[in-house]
Amino acid sequence: MSLFEIENLVVEFQTAAGPFRAVDGVSMKVNAGEVLAIVGESGSGKSVSMLAAMGLLPWTAKVTADKLQFNGIDLLGLSPSDRRTIVGKDIAMIFQEPIASLNPCFTVGFQIEEVLRIHLGLDRAARRARAIELFDLVGIPNPAERLSHFPHQMSGGQCQRVMIAIALSCNPKLLIADEPTTALDVTIQKQILDLLMRLQAEHGMGLIIITHNMGVVAETADRVIVQYKGRKIEEADVLSLFEAPKSTYTRALLSALPDNATGDRLPTIAEFLSDDQIFAGAVR
Amino acid sequence: MTHVLEARNLTRDYHIPGSLFKKAKTVHAVKGVSFSVDQGKTLAIVGESGCGKSTLARIVTMIDPATSGDMLIDGAKVDIARESLTPEMRRKVQIVFQNPYGTLNPRKKIGEILTEPLIINTNMKADDRRDKAMAMLKKVGLEEKHYGRYPHMFSGGQRQRVAIARALMLNPRLLVLDEPVSALDLSVQAQVLNLLADLQDEFQLTYVFISHDLSVVRYIADDVMVMYYGEAVEYGSREEVFSDPKHSYTRTLFAATPRADVESIKARLARKNAA
Repeated sequence: MSLFEIENLVVEFQTAAGPFRAVDGVSMKVNAGEVLAIVGESGSGKSVSMLAAMGLLPWTAKVTADKLQFNGIDLLGLSPSDRRTIVGKDIAMIFQEPIASLNPCFTVGFQIEEVLRIHLGLDRAARRARAIELFDLVGIPNPAERLSHFPHQMSGGQCQRVMIAIALSCNPKLLIADEPTTALDVTIQKQILDLLMRLQAEHGMGLIIITHNMGVVAETADRVIVQYKGRKIEEADVLSLFEAPKSTYTRALLSALPDNATGDRLPTIAEFLSDDQIFAGAVR
Repeated sequence: MTHVLEARNLTRDYHIPGSLFKKAKTVHAVKGVSFSVDQGKTLAIVGESGCGKSTLARIVTMIDPATSGDMLIDGAKVDIARESLTPEMRRKVQIVFQNPYGTLNPRKKIGEILTEPLIINTNMKADDRRDKAMAMLKKVGLEEKHYGRYPHMFSGGQRQRVAIARALMLNPRLLVLDEPVSALDLSVQAQVLNLLADLQDEFQLTYVFISHDLSVVRYIADDVMVMYYGEAVEYGSREEVFSDPKHSYTRTLFAATPRADVESIKARLARKNAA
């Protein structure tokens, strides 16, 4: 049985111009200890499908799926309070903007200890000890001192480490990283990716990395899903995706990489692909 | 031939005033940087956040004065700390910023955004300004119907095209591009990079291209300068820097850049299976 399974997920938003389908029939599976990358441009529904699975979408969103299962539990049928016992504990998420996703009014120590108090019910001393241990784990120097710092006193890379520490605090079975390194410098990006991969291997977590950076995919993933406008275009293991992409869209995406540039102009997707051509090869 | 832009030993210090509990201190944001760019060429400045590359962009665009050192544009020395800037000088250098969502006034139509530099810096008539803006819209791959629209009606890539069009309205010699594609999707990034290359060919523009994405730099640059804590640790032609990086920081930077070729993936999977 897979750790996390989605079948035919559809997310619609009510807008003034009628319903807008952000995710259109996406299916995926993640096993324990596996790294899945979801690639797509902005608006391809990659974040929305994960937010839907965690139940973090606003009430304007209508979520339907044939199956939305985590560890054998049906996530769709859960009451909000039951869902909260799983989300944040067994499924954790790291968001794109580390500085924006931490609360500026509280110290980072308070924010990590809050998770430990609510999900694990540890007492004050145990919480502090565990928080120090976690900060140490993600490579924050002087962890005990850092606990009393506010997010604005830390750099973007440090804040992202705090986010990862919070996400890992309850030893999640599944970690969803939504563009974990987009806002960071390449050297910091490398550190964060190495950290994620090391922790994933040590804890045997399932890891979903959402990104639009093909380099990040190549460096981390076991399996890759390519999405476009809410639909799944291609699913393959990482080597065959880069070696022999099946769909025209993936091929176009890879040829738009400046690394692969031949000649003095880059091929662009809009120039030679219409939506129909892109969807023609789509898998369900 | 004189260089379009030449910098000799530029430095910039920021003085942070002290308070009751803090001592005043001086931040050396740029420490003695020299470089030159010729017409129609692209100089890429690479480095991580806080290395002084945006400070350098502010000096080159004459927003901030340099603390010491000389900057020459078209062979003429510029020192905005001592003398005020002439309109001719101001027209020569324009800038495109990173975030196309934050740099366009949301309450102005695209037409107003494009004609504003002309109103401030030239004596053109309203009709001429409009014609020029229309022509520029087409140049950057937009259409005349976009003239009366507001920025929120455009996608990120289109907004960046508007920002580029605005920078080109005064026919500048030098365009400073401060991370112009890092907020864009891969396919849109390719379109904007192509547009920049087309415009460079057409107007013989000179670019100072600031970026932290080495794959983009490798694609667009003629010369590359790597900055680290305010110093230029590496400066040379693209081939030199990429094939034979001299400074250890440049090598760190190259090693940290994710590689998307099949061999690196095979090597990584082999390492993983072995572990």
